[in-house]
Amino acid sequence: MGDPRISMINERLRRIRHIIAVSGGKGGVGKSLTASILALTLVRKGCKVGLFDLDFTSPSTHIILGIRGVQPKEEKGIIPPKVHSLEYMSIIYYTGDHALPLRGTDVSNALIELLSITKWGKLDFLVIDMPPGIGDATLDIIRLIKNIGFLVVTTQSQLAFETVRKLITLLKELNVPVMGVVENMKVSKSSISKRQVQKLGITFLGEIPFDKKIEKSMGRMDRLPRTVFMKKVEEIVSNLDFRC
Amino acid sequence: MHEWALAEAVITAASQIAEKEGLKEVTELNIKVGELQQIELDILNFALSQQKQNKFKNAKISIKIEKAKLKCRVCGNQWIFSREKLDKDSVEAIHFVPEIAHTFIKCPKCGSPDFDVLQGRGVWLESIRGVK
Ligand SMILES: Nc1ncnc2c1ncn2[C@@H]1O[C@H](COP(=O)(O)OP(=O)(O)OP(=O)(O)O)[C@@H](O)[C@H]1O
Ligand SMILES: [Mg+2]
Ligand SMILES: [Zn+2]
Repeated sequence: MGDPRISMINERLRRIRHIIAVSGGKGGVGKSLTASILALTLVRKGCKVGLFDLDFTSPSTHIILGIRGVQPKEEKGIIPPKVHSLEYMSIIYYTGDHALPLRGTDVSNALIELLSITKWGKLDFLVIDMPPGIGDATLDIIRLIKNIGFLVVTTQSQLAFETVRKLITLLKELNVPVMGVVENMKVSKSSISKRQVQKLGITFLGEIPFDKKIEKSMGRMDRLPRTVFMKKVEEIVSNLDFRC
Repeated sequence: MHEWALAEAVITAASQIAEKEGLKEVTELNIKVGELQQIELDILNFALSQQKQNKFKNAKISIKIEKAKLKCRVCGNQWIFSREKLDKDSVEAIHFVPEIAHTFIKCPKCGSPDFDVLQGRGVWLESIRGVK
């Protein structure tokens, strides 16, 4: 007769208008940075935003946003704490700095568990930071979350783009909406990525240059909003015509 | 998993099944919970009794706990989970997300965190009875 947790998931997400999975075929292309800065940008526009770090084995968004010393509240479930005005959820509340080695089914189970116990507020956006590729976590959120849209991150590298092509093909086959592709860490003027994305019939959302200052801004809420990275994400968001 | 969230999930899932099977009233509900979930039975029973409404008002709910059996992928050793060796924070973390066990539990024979949970993880609705 099945797993009663699954029946709860969409009930838990019912009060969220848009769910955005920040994804990409390759590792290290800037998904976590994009997800974190996107969430921050939306919240500064006055939207109600949640950020969910679903990269259980390598969570990063808490480091980018300098989140520490907070814990969720227990109230007939788990209520994510508000940090920098974001409702923030991550496995680090439970693992701390310890390693969490997980195989595929464990990833699925942990994901189902967190989705079914987390009580989000009424949100305009829930941004999800995904692990790379089209493995368990990606297949699970496609399977479990109705109304999810993907924002895909790539780089100038042909290697990154080929994995993105596979991801997008899969999403199209499964009828999952793709909001568009962001090209990150741009160092030269080539427009190959843009053309390749458009050839797939997908919106090219914009470019983010390689930002030398980003490393020194990690975890620093006084510096992140002044980075070129954040300026570019703000531009991308304003073109997206998001309303709150 | 959190007891209240679990109770809510059980009632939600059971309602959907009762609906599908055309049950007017549910008389019996059997649930199995893995020990790795570290459920406080008293709290779960209380949470269920609070959420038992309408169709479920007279339902007899029974909960069976399944022992957690673990098997090391490196050396093949099998053992039964026990919370004795864990500190309070680790038990609490495992209670919320049982996969956190891979952070705090190691194979007692070889020390690897790479083990499978053979049984005792998760929650199942085993059976549901009622009148049409
Ligand atoms: N535009 C940029 N300019 C400079 N550095 C960047 C830029 N984008 C990302 N980085 C850096 O690249 C590294 C990888 O970024 P990030 O962790 O966001 O990638 P990811 O795609 O989430 O990786 P993973 O696949 O491991 O989850 C980080 O050190 C980040 O600071
Ligand atoms: Mg990442
Ligand atoms: Zn072993």
